[in-house]
Amino acid sequence: MRYELPPKKKISTSKKLKYTTIAIAIIAIFFVTFTQININWERIFSDRTINNFSRVIPQLFSPDWSTFGKVMEKMVETVFIAYAGALMASIIAVPMAFLAARNMFRFRIISSLGKWLLDAVRAFPELVFAIIFVATVGPGPFAGVLAIAINSTGMLGKLYSEVIESIDMKVVEAMEANGANKTQVFFYGILPQVIPEFLSYAIYRFEVDVRASSVLGIVGAGGIGFLITIAVANRNWDEVGMILLVIIIVVTIIDYISSFIRKRLV
Amino acid sequence: MMNEKQMKEKVQPKSITSPDLKRKTTLVFIVVAALYLYSTYKTESTLPEFIKSFPRMIEMFGGFFPPNLEYVSRVIPALVETFYMAIIATTISTLLTIPFCLLAARNINTNKITNQITRFFLNIIRTIPDIILAVVFVGVFGIGAFPGIIALIFFSLGILAKLLSDTLETIDMQPLDAMRASGANSLQTIWYGVVPQILPQFVSFSLYVFEINIRASVVLGLVGAGGIGLLLDQQLKWFRYDNVMMLIIVIFFVVVIIEYISSKIREAIV
Repeated sequence: MRYELPPKKKISTSKKLKYTTIAIAIIAIFFVTFTQININWERIFSDRTINNFSRVIPQLFSPDWSTFGKVMEKMVETVFIAYAGALMASIIAVPMAFLAARNMFRFRIISSLGKWLLDAVRAFPELVFAIIFVATVGPGPFAGVLAIAINSTGMLGKLYSEVIESIDMKVVEAMEANGANKTQVFFYGILPQVIPEFLSYAIYRFEVDVRASSVLGIVGAGGIGFLITIAVANRNWDEVGMILLVIIIVVTIIDYISSFIRKRLV
Repeated sequence: MMNEKQMKEKVQPKSITSPDLKRKTTLVFIVVAALYLYSTYKTESTLPEFIKSFPRMIEMFGGFFPPNLEYVSRVIPALVETFYMAIIATTISTLLTIPFCLLAARNINTNKITNQITRFFLNIIRTIPDIILAVVFVGVFGIGAFPGIIALIFFSLGILAKLLSDTLETIDMQPLDAMRASGANSLQTIWYGVVPQILPQFVSFSLYVFEINIRASVVLGLVGAGGIGLLLDQQLKWFRYDNVMMLIIVIFFVVVIIEYISSKIREAIV
């Protein structure tokens, strides 16, 4: 018995050239990256690292239960920051999304401007916003809420506008043909089509925001991140372990509840 | 005198939604609003507070302008380091993700125990924010780009393996069955049956993760894990808001350009 593979497809020269150029470019990028990056290998593979490793890791996995109350209190604050921020964003994002949706206004400039604004907001991590707000409104959960709200508006506005762009415009046309005015079209033709998905996205965003707001405290914007900074500074790695455990459990529970609600919505 | 049609219109209900649904919606609305009020109270994020801080905000934004253009020369090296971190982390995590996503896909790995363990492990990685991972790794390895890269690897592994195992679960299993029936071993079925089906998605997701990594590595410097965030932290502490603005502008353009390029590539391959 002979094993034979089917003949290979012929590849044209221009394609070959294209693939080779791409391959060379990728290899060049990797070469530059791995040779140019400034990493002090001697320090990383030193005795100190091994010492750190054997001290930090076991402590991380033996959480300090005496701090549970304190950690839980801050975690609740984290969830509240996420909730206030996400709800604010899910409301502000609605008008933004209608501005950015291509099928809502006749002028392309409006939707382009709206999209551009949402993209601009989304380009920054929420921590950058948090830093700015901490500097303006002072440290505390309020800065965190503002950061989460602005960042989520960028993301939700984009998602919402995609939902609006995918609606059935025939319904809208039919209503217009029957003499419905703009308000009627909006409330009976557009809103019923988009609301379930809007809600679903808003709940999903809350899920994401809980995770995001757990780090805001690192720059002083409230929530559980604040405890992390202090615990790390004091080298209380068992407390960091406790914080990680609480974050993992709370985030998992919220993910579970939110996916349950979302399944029922859409 | 009313005819039959008018009679019918009279008895029609005023609203198209049932009273039951209305009651439920109102209840949900009240709960959501009450929770909101409570959380604004808890987080002190009330409107008066916001208005009170308004002058301070305007004053600060005044400090942002004009951005210090000369600062670019300091930004570029840090930016390049951010790039290096994202490239290395993305490469390593795309390689690492292959065994993980195969193990996590229910249709490829039919062994329930290893499947559940992998999924559990990936779920846990995904719940830990990248910057907390960076904090821990900075604690272990000291300050520098290396702990940042390790944090990004973990972080992107969680996302990539999840996305890919979901894609794997949707592939057409019939070619695989045919291959097994004609005597191919599991490595051969994966190479000739699975890989061609998911390669476009694999590349697309890797680019997507690269994008996320660029964005994530911007802030890793805040906790001492290298990249552009380090400068951001420094300049804010020194109240050099004109430099901060320059940094923000650079970050903005880089993210937008990367997003544009990678979306173009993704469109071309999928």
